[in-house]
Amino acid sequence: MSKPPTIIFALESSCDDTSAALVADGLEVLSNVVAGQDCLHGRFSGVVPELASRAHIEAIGPVIAEALAGGGVGQDRIAAVAVTCRPGLIGSLLVGLMAAKTLAYVWGKPLIGVNHVHAHAYSPSLGGEPIGYPVVALVASGGHAALYHCQSPTEVTALGQTIDDAPGEAFDKVANILHLGYPGGPAVERMAREGTAGAVPLPVTLLKDGSLDFSFSGLKTAVLYHVNGVPGARLSPDAAGRKGPGYGKGAENLTRQELADIAASFQAVVAEILAVKCRRAVEYSGARSIVLGGGVARNSVVRARVEEMANRLGCPLRMPAMAYCTDNAAMIAGLAYHQYLAGDLADLDLEASPTIRV
Amino acid sequence: MERHETHNPDQTVALGRQFAQRLSVGDCVALEGQLGAGKTQFVRGVALGLGLDDGRMVCSPTFVLVREYAARVPVYHLDVYRLSDAETELADLGFDEMLADGVVLLEWAERVRPLLPKGAWRVNIEITGQIDRVFSISRSQ
Repeated sequence: MSKPPTIIFALESSCDDTSAALVADGLEVLSNVVAGQDCLHGRFSGVVPELASRAHIEAIGPVIAEALAGGGVGQDRIAAVAVTCRPGLIGSLLVGLMAAKTLAYVWGKPLIGVNHVHAHAYSPSLGGEPIGYPVVALVASGGHAALYHCQSPTEVTALGQTIDDAPGEAFDKVANILHLGYPGGPAVERMAREGTAGAVPLPVTLLKDGSLDFSFSGLKTAVLYHVNGVPGARLSPDAAGRKGPGYGKGAENLTRQELADIAASFQAVVAEILAVKCRRAVEYSGARSIVLGGGVARNSVVRARVEEMANRLGCPLRMPAMAYCTDNAAMIAGLAYHQYLAGDLADLDLEASPTIRV
Repeated sequence: MERHETHNPDQTVALGRQFAQRLSVGDCVALEGQLGAGKTQFVRGVALGLGLDDGRMVCSPTFVLVREYAARVPVYHLDVYRLSDAETELADLGFDEMLADGVVLLEWAERVRPLLPKGAWRVNIEITGQIDRVFSISRSQ
């Protein structure tokens, strides 16, 4: 007789999505319910924290009920309750944390506190084959750019992170500069399909030789300067020719083709930076596999460019299914299973933290 | 009102380092300037000037709203761009507690100007060229 599966119930509320999931043995997703808030935040071109925590409070009860019902297992079959405790918006994290503590207490189950970014690095295992460790994991999202060397799901060493903006944040800010709407990732990708990558010269910021950190702030500023003109520089009649399509016209005067060329050029540079950093991390760590996770991994150009790099390096590449790229509780439950096996349990005084302390 | 010019991001970091020598626990610095002005670079300099050993720790607070750097005194780096009810939310983030034990720097501070304490510094950054910036520094009475 085979051993019954270990089922973890998890909650995730670190940013603007409220999610609950049931996952068996860290691999099989029994249910994964996500309530998003994109429409709430659109007019601010970003997540509004107070709106986000209020929306979490409204959503969390129904999301929990739906995930439990959808999973088809009773609470007696659940081994532990897991929750994202860092990093994220503090008000949002607290909603999930309080709900998870309550369930753990009432059900008499152990509580597990999970690092959201490490869970993204684990996400490709969900619904598929377990990742073959060790790996280099790149997590690229709205709030994070992180490179890890993972010996196992729970043995994670940070190799690099962003020194200014996160890549998803750069997509949001560029979408804002180009008046393309929010969320910026899908809006830029849609527009970029009609454009030519490389039509607009933009800097590929790789930092000093061998650096595994990221910088996207200069790229964002370069797009701003392209659209509005370099401050202090006089626009000459041939400026557009030398600087690429649409130079200095201002967002409202750009043609659709110019917008598309800028979007495609920006997107290609982000993909290039992410791919090069993966290569550097593989060379530095000696790991022979690559994992790509986070919301930016939904972008088809980023996926293709990192895949091309992985092929060139002869490294298998694992990417999560689309549903597990953006924030979800299934990845929290998945990683929590391995913490559960390792005995890494939390007390009911577990605290939320907005940042990853290095 | 003081006026300083910088002509590349390194000079902006250096200006922040130099400015940090005038700061101590309880000081609040309101940063104003458009996207790409160099607000985060300036904060990097301030944090280094206050004893942070690795400047790479300083990055955009846009997503988490508050970043804390362990310099000689805690340095709190806030982005208030997305607060919808600034008064309540600044309090929720622990603004008063931060001022009690550290130095607080706010990006997009023009949105919360009436809420800043007496004696707050104001650092306005103007983009005057591709990598040229003019800093106007003043202190409220």
